[in-house]
Amino acid sequence: MEMINLTIDKKPVVVKEGTTILEAAAEIGIKVPTLCHMKLHDMGIENKPGGCRVCVVEVEGRRNLAPSCVTKVEEGMVISTSSIRALNARRTVTELILSDHPADCLTCAKSGECELQDLAQELGIREIHYKGEQSQYREDTSPAIIRDVNKCVMCRRCEMMCNEVQTVGVLSAVNRGFDAVVAPAFEMNLDHSVCTYCGQCVAVCPTAALTEVDHTGAVIRALSDPSKTVIVQTAPAVRAALGEEFNMEAGNLVTGKMVSALRQLGFDYIFDTDFAADLTIMEEGTELLNRLSKHLNGDKDVKLPILTSCCPAWVKFFEHQFPDMKEIPSTARSPQQMFGAIAKNYFTEKINVKREDLVVVSIMPCVAKKYESARDEFAHEGNPDVDYAITTRELASLIKLANIEFKSLPEEDFDQPLGESTGAGVIFGATGGVIEAAVRTAYEVYTGKGLEKVDFEELRGMEGIREATIDFDGLDLRIGIAHGLGNARKLLEDIRSGKSNFHAIEIMSCPGGCIGGGGQPYHHGDASVIRKRMEAIYREDANKTIRKSHENPYILKLYEEFLGEPMSEKAHHLLHTAYFDRSNKIES
Amino acid sequence: MTTSHYQLKRVDLIFKNENDWKQILSRSLKRDQTDIVNSLISSELKGRGGAGFPTGLKWKLTAEQEADTRYIICNADEGEPGTFKDREILSQVPLKVLTAMAVCGYVIGATEGFIYLRGEYKFLEKPLNNAIKEFENYCNDIGFHFSIKIFMGSGAYICGEETALMESMEGHRGEPRNKPPYPTNNGYLGKPTVVNNVETLVHTYTIFKYGAKKFKDLGVQYSRGTKLFSISGDTPIPGIYELELGMSLQDFVDEFGDGDTKAVQVGGASGFLVPRKRFAETIIGYKGKLTGISLPTGGSMMLFNSSRSMFNVLNNYLDFFQEESCGQCTPCRVGCQQLLKGIHAVKRGEKHASYLKKLIKLSETMEYTAKCGLGQSVANSFSSIVENFWEEMVF
Repeated sequence: MEMINLTIDKKPVVVKEGTTILEAAAEIGIKVPTLCHMKLHDMGIENKPGGCRVCVVEVEGRRNLAPSCVTKVEEGMVISTSSIRALNARRTVTELILSDHPADCLTCAKSGECELQDLAQELGIREIHYKGEQSQYREDTSPAIIRDVNKCVMCRRCEMMCNEVQTVGVLSAVNRGFDAVVAPAFEMNLDHSVCTYCGQCVAVCPTAALTEVDHTGAVIRALSDPSKTVIVQTAPAVRAALGEEFNMEAGNLVTGKMVSALRQLGFDYIFDTDFAADLTIMEEGTELLNRLSKHLNGDKDVKLPILTSCCPAWVKFFEHQFPDMKEIPSTARSPQQMFGAIAKNYFTEKINVKREDLVVVSIMPCVAKKYESARDEFAHEGNPDVDYAITTRELASLIKLANIEFKSLPEEDFDQPLGESTGAGVIFGATGGVIEAAVRTAYEVYTGKGLEKVDFEELRGMEGIREATIDFDGLDLRIGIAHGLGNARKLLEDIRSGKSNFHAIEIMSCPGGCIGGGGQPYHHGDASVIRKRMEAIYREDANKTIRKSHENPYILKLYEEFLGEPMSEKAHHLLHTAYFDRSNKIES
Repeated sequence: MTTSHYQLKRVDLIFKNENDWKQILSRSLKRDQTDIVNSLISSELKGRGGAGFPTGLKWKLTAEQEADTRYIICNADEGEPGTFKDREILSQVPLKVLTAMAVCGYVIGATEGFIYLRGEYKFLEKPLNNAIKEFENYCNDIGFHFSIKIFMGSGAYICGEETALMESMEGHRGEPRNKPPYPTNNGYLGKPTVVNNVETLVHTYTIFKYGAKKFKDLGVQYSRGTKLFSISGDTPIPGIYELELGMSLQDFVDEFGDGDTKAVQVGGASGFLVPRKRFAETIIGYKGKLTGISLPTGGSMMLFNSSRSMFNVLNNYLDFFQEESCGQCTPCRVGCQQLLKGIHAVKRGEKHASYLKKLIKLSETMEYTAKCGLGQSVANSFSSIVENFWEEMVF
């Protein structure tokens, strides 16, 4: 690779050919301000339309300024990142964006997390010289995501996530000129589109143009209603990220503090979605083995590979895009919904509370979980199994609202019986985790032998599509893993065309799995945050005494007392589901 | 220099149809490619779409790129307000354009050419396709493999910008790309591509036919050859005229004006407004080392007499820009709108007249921050109108 010599702000720098001016400047510690640009290192995700023009710099000999995020270095370039012209341009451009932006920062959902706010602060903008007109669009509310288009700055990050990473194709630029904005086709509402509510658009939006539907108010109302018993479940990925909302380093595990905080908030029982994850493994693992043994016995009708079904955005994705294959995914409900069903049918009996008096709240790293909990099939006579699904971010705001000093909280334990979990349940939070958990159980059930080593490193990592073969005592179990719906699409197309030879595939919609979910603390383009959460998840697993779902004593007890055995009629009724062809249907 | 040495010279090369395209094509295909490029370079022909890039050099750069496929695209998305010459070329002498495209294909190694036809020129699609059929048949007969397809635009001004044009052809939203890379390296479908304006191609035909010298003998230094002008506005004789480049605007107005011309907009909405006091010192041609002001133009010449409000003229242009901006870059998307709202605020007295100075500064910032020629050239008409007709903006 050829090296390029150039000068940035009078400092010489040598970089590889193909480097952008922005990257070259960063190498010598010069941070050129940006807005639309976003690069998630190692994940192959980059947005650089060169549209906002905030990062423009002076290149000697060039008539106009160069957008540093897209302009590649050339030999002998002389660059000034803060010439008077560049400074003026950067401020003018930012003022223009602000001139078309509602100045409601104090009451904005994104205040404190807004990259436009940060930019205005950084550039010391005190006045907007070119006030003229502000866009007026109507707000679009869906079951999970709110679009406040007036706050769109046309950075196109959401469009890139929706089209290139997720291949869902809902969000793209529409209209021209001043009216240009990112929206679903024909500016329809999100709930009239094939949006999966994966929330990756929310995760990357620099402003509050895309946010989650806020359920914190409803949760507070439930908590203050004395006639209600309010229980909470927390998804595995939440504990690996919640600390970030309280200025703790990414990758801090805050399980105990989180439980403590929830107790202080007034939840009657603090339970763990990890418990339901173990339950999922019992059901899904059994289903896998059933299908596998039928297949091995020569049953031609059996559908393989089996696909995981924990991720609601993924479920909605295949219902829209691959309805011909809707028989392939496991029928097992997601852990959130298994928990809801068990809570409202089993736990109500245990504590002798009527279904309608029990409120189930889940804390999820996800915005699609809001949509999932509202699906018709997960309600009984209008009463949903899960009443409210709130994100990690919403939980943080609840904690702040209740004047809880999170960092100094003591570490507490989950309640029983739905709070006990194994390491297998924890790793659901990272890409590859569900299938690793399933393998731990399926191996022992299938072979009848104990696993010597429960860590399946070959299933872990950040590669978008991973493959591994696990030796099941002579049977090579071929496993595929995809995270990001674009990667899922590739695997599905291989299955459709008969090219795939996997037995089981795990699919998660978000890059990195749930740890990179749309409901997590904002990563602001720093992919190392997601990696650190992943490390935390595996650390939690390694520290658990029990690391296989089928060894969770409370799971065993649940089957003994209530469900019978995996895939029993009762289990089928409460823990399994069916999928719908949504290819021709626009929901409203 | 305040007076012009150049008289207005009408020429008739472009529309003169001697139906000799078969000879020109066959003759050109027998020439060495480098020879053709060199003669184009020596003719000093510059792009007639308005930007004025040397055509021979463009062909040379494209031919030199390592690639398995290259393309030639004829830009017929004629959208600049006040321009209507390409329509007439394609109506009257389409085979000259097709021949030039084929010769370009021969020179750069392209076997496929495209005509990106302005959506509003739908009525030209059928006759053009007939011409293409006739042309391709002849190519077949002489064993030259070259095909031409028409790609219909959908009415977006921005798609006349060459990279937005290619995005549009690729099925994407018509938005300009960041440059570099230029189309000569990375064009349609990522392949080296020549994008030439319709008129530019016809001029190459003239050069193939008569040789570079005859072309170069026309016009003046830095601005060789002839140019088609679309003349409109307050003139008794609107229409399309082929004139030698290098005329003074005074001579132009003397010939085409109605005796009361107060200003001429040279180059359409994205061009400059020249007030009467500068007619004599303004030369119509490409920027060069000539003293005086040289103004290039894609051919649009709009004359305004004293009955016209320059505020309305500017309002009209800004309205056009704010609607036709693709909207991807901030300076253009928001800048055009705030300029438009700004002049109205001043006119209504809601802002002090000095706000216009701020707006001029804004338009200048747009000039060096906007992504493409659209946003970059708004300052041309904005500052030239506001500075020269300040009173009309305020009162």
